[in-house]
Amino acid sequence: MNRYPLWKYAILVVALVIGVLYTLPNFFGEDPAVQVSAARGAVRVDAALEARVTNALTQAGIQPLGIERDASSVKARFPNTDVQLKAKDAILKALVPDPNDAAYTVALNLLSRTPAWMGVVNARPMYLGLDLRGGVHFMLQVDMQSALTKKAESYSGDLRTILRDKNIRHAGINRNGQAIEIAFRDPAALQAARGVLADQFPDLQVADRVDGDTTMLVATLKPEAARKVQDQALKQNMVTLHNRINELGVAEPVIQQQGVDRIIVQLPGVQDTARAKEILGRTATLEMRLVDESSEGRAAEAGAGPVPFGSERFLQRDGRPVIVKKQVVLTGDNLTDAQPGFDQQTQQPKVDLTVDAKGGRIMRDVSRENLKKRMAIVLFEKGKGQVLTAPVIQSELSNRFQISGSMTTIEANDLALLLRAGSLAAPMEIIEEMTIGPSLGAENIAKGFHSVAWGFAAICVFMIVYYNLFGVFSSIALGVNLLLLVAILSMLQATLTLPGMAAMALALGMAIDSNVLINERVREELRAGASPQAAIHAGYDRAWATILDSNVTTLIAGVALLAFGSGPVRGFAVVHCIGILTSMFSAVFFSRGLVNLWYGRQKKLKAVSIGTVWRPGADGAITKAE
Amino acid sequence: MEFFKIRRDIPFMENALIFNVVSLITFLAAVFFLFSRGLHLSVEFTGGTVMEVNYSQPADIEAVRRVVSGLGYTDVQVQNFGTARDVLIRLPAQKGVSSAQQSDRTLTALKAADPAVTLRRVEFVGPQVGEELVSNGLKALFFVVAGIMVYLAIRFEWKFAVAAIVANLHDVVIILGFFAFFQWEFSLAVLAAVLAVLGYSVNESVVIFDRIRETFRRQRKMTTVQVIDHAITSTISRTIITHGSTQMMVLSMLLFGGATLHYFALALTIGILFGIYSSVFVAAAIAMWLGIKREDLVKHQSKREGDPNDPNAGATV
Repeated sequence: MNRYPLWKYAILVVALVIGVLYTLPNFFGEDPAVQVSAARGAVRVDAALEARVTNALTQAGIQPLGIERDASSVKARFPNTDVQLKAKDAILKALVPDPNDAAYTVALNLLSRTPAWMGVVNARPMYLGLDLRGGVHFMLQVDMQSALTKKAESYSGDLRTILRDKNIRHAGINRNGQAIEIAFRDPAALQAARGVLADQFPDLQVADRVDGDTTMLVATLKPEAARKVQDQALKQNMVTLHNRINELGVAEPVIQQQGVDRIIVQLPGVQDTARAKEILGRTATLEMRLVDESSEGRAAEAGAGPVPFGSERFLQRDGRPVIVKKQVVLTGDNLTDAQPGFDQQTQQPKVDLTVDAKGGRIMRDVSRENLKKRMAIVLFEKGKGQVLTAPVIQSELSNRFQISGSMTTIEANDLALLLRAGSLAAPMEIIEEMTIGPSLGAENIAKGFHSVAWGFAAICVFMIVYYNLFGVFSSIALGVNLLLLVAILSMLQATLTLPGMAAMALALGMAIDSNVLINERVREELRAGASPQAAIHAGYDRAWATILDSNVTTLIAGVALLAFGSGPVRGFAVVHCIGILTSMFSAVFFSRGLVNLWYGRQKKLKAVSIGTVWRPGADGAITKAE
Repeated sequence: MEFFKIRRDIPFMENALIFNVVSLITFLAAVFFLFSRGLHLSVEFTGGTVMEVNYSQPADIEAVRRVVSGLGYTDVQVQNFGTARDVLIRLPAQKGVSSAQQSDRTLTALKAADPAVTLRRVEFVGPQVGEELVSNGLKALFFVVAGIMVYLAIRFEWKFAVAAIVANLHDVVIILGFFAFFQWEFSLAVLAAVLAVLGYSVNESVVIFDRIRETFRRQRKMTTVQVIDHAITSTISRTIITHGSTQMMVLSMLLFGGATLHYFALALTIGILFGIYSSVFVAAAIAMWLGIKREDLVKHQSKREGDPNDPNAGATV
């Protein structure tokens, strides 16, 4: 009765092997490394870059442990942090001669020593949370109201222009919060305006309000359009943040959306919060200026003459120079949207730009006077300008126009992003901030580890003393539980935090409950006079219902924490829930397997080693089972 | 080894009234302290800035306090954190001043007073996050309570569900009472511990209820009180050993986990101790007062066991 069929043992062995395989990467430790990645879109990470890094290191007399390259970065490993710092300086000197014009980001990083073949099956170490590795964490709240107000403002300008163009007489356009109010005295004009609105502004919904002899058309954003505006504002802010963080030289920044209007930024290893915050909060500006097409300008562009007076020299993203007039046609404030798309006629990728009403007027005048000339779009960050694109003006433009020709779809997407990312779509505010020093991180790891290790040891010693061989089985099962828990967390690439380690300790402390229940039940059966084999069988069987019930209730609490918790509580809850599931497997299924393996084959089993089975005298035989 | 050589069932329920009165008094005291003193909520809930700084030699708390107060803060807390060289500074949230400026200014001032100071950790939480945490915490609590009640009501019977929840909420309130009385810091981690305790100590009640149900099925001659006494007696060794083991783990966290895990482990310790007490004395007693009967639990079983081919099925004598 106490035998497992072969397939059950097979499951146990497979689970063990997988557990060991995925737990192992956590024990290889990490090498200090220097990571080189592209700071700009046009810079390629290729074999040539790898060769330059190798060269720079050889010249500085530094012998790396290894250099590896993936799609986005070149990483070099070093034996210790001293060499790592020297290497970073050497690479910086070779690759980034001018810190104001960096083509590459050179950052310190830690690389796991996990052998390559383990990476193939995705066996990677757990990701350590900021509280364990040190770094900065920000939570930013995007001011959506102001994004919506900005949108309404731009619509009210558009409406004013279009009504004037169509010769519809109104008695004033006002923005009231996020609603646009247009007053009319003439019912015919009102009808005409309504038609125009329905026709040209599909994102607006219109209501009437009678106010004395004037009738107001109140236009508001439709809910789905408002949602789109908010969504775009958030995406745009994330892209902007990404560009700015690239500059900080952080190896593995995390930029995540949380909820509808929040962004989490985590910068592992960064200690200088003041600088991080300055860079995150910086405003970039976008300017549209005419390219200097005079002969002096052309000469300067070809590198054959000085830059003419009243013009400036900027580099394009691919490194070609452009001579641009100093006079600004439009700024990024006028640009309301930039979307990639396809030209209807030529099927070529394009970027659609929308500027506000005022921008549209300027655009029309400027484009009429400068047909067949180039217009440069310059992005200024940190006081340094870069020309994103400089297309030729093909026709007279209005407030909506497009940039097309010789672009791939990816380039069109990039350009649209960059145009939008020039500035933040809506202001952001830091609502949560955390900085953890690197020494504190290392201490936290040690503390978490010691808590788990000593607690585990104490429980094992007690179990073995109290339950003898069954205690040994329980302890092994508990060890397997820990193994599986770590393996699953590594598989999920979960982020391990200090509360997570506490949850691990607690999960083990609670998991032993199942084994205690089983062992007590087996003793009880023996006390009642059952044969050893029958006692083992009945003990496991009867304990199972109880174990299930008690784990389900604990799981309910865990799921609630997962659903409503945030930050540290979530980390706790994930480990807690997984720990409960693995404990059911190891404490019941696995420990039974061990017991079966040990005792199952002995037909005439006289005694099991489960510690003292005390029997009360005949007078107290009330616990006798029927 | 065997710790529990119990010859007869211990008459727990004879003294149920006394235990319930004791519970009620502890509970009321906890509620009283919760209202009179309130919880000492961490920055995560209230909003504000916490800085942890480290000095090369034992820090002069008074000097640090003077420096920080000199910056114009009215409600500043400065205390040691873990060791004598680590200092924890709490600054209230200020309107108009960003967290960045707050922590930078404070650190500059501290550096001016003693250049050896290093920053170990800064935490800033805006007030809106705090409000959300409170509401999410309450939602989580509600969800746990409702979830456990529904599960127990399905698995056992509503009387057990009510008894278990009352007993375990009483644990939670008592933990909170301790935190209010000693003014220990109530952080997110403590909240997690409290909810984990709720799930964990319901375990305890479930194990006992399970035994009550089983005993009802097996021992047809016992009265309800005897059944409950028997169930508690036969599970008492498991109760003590399990909780002892869990407590070993928690103790290890209390000893090795450092200041960050201190209150977390403390909340668990109180939770575990009161969890035993409430499951044994409170939950079972409430179930008894609510009048659980053999029929409540056994009827499902007897229906299932009924043999459809039995000619005497349904016959009464």
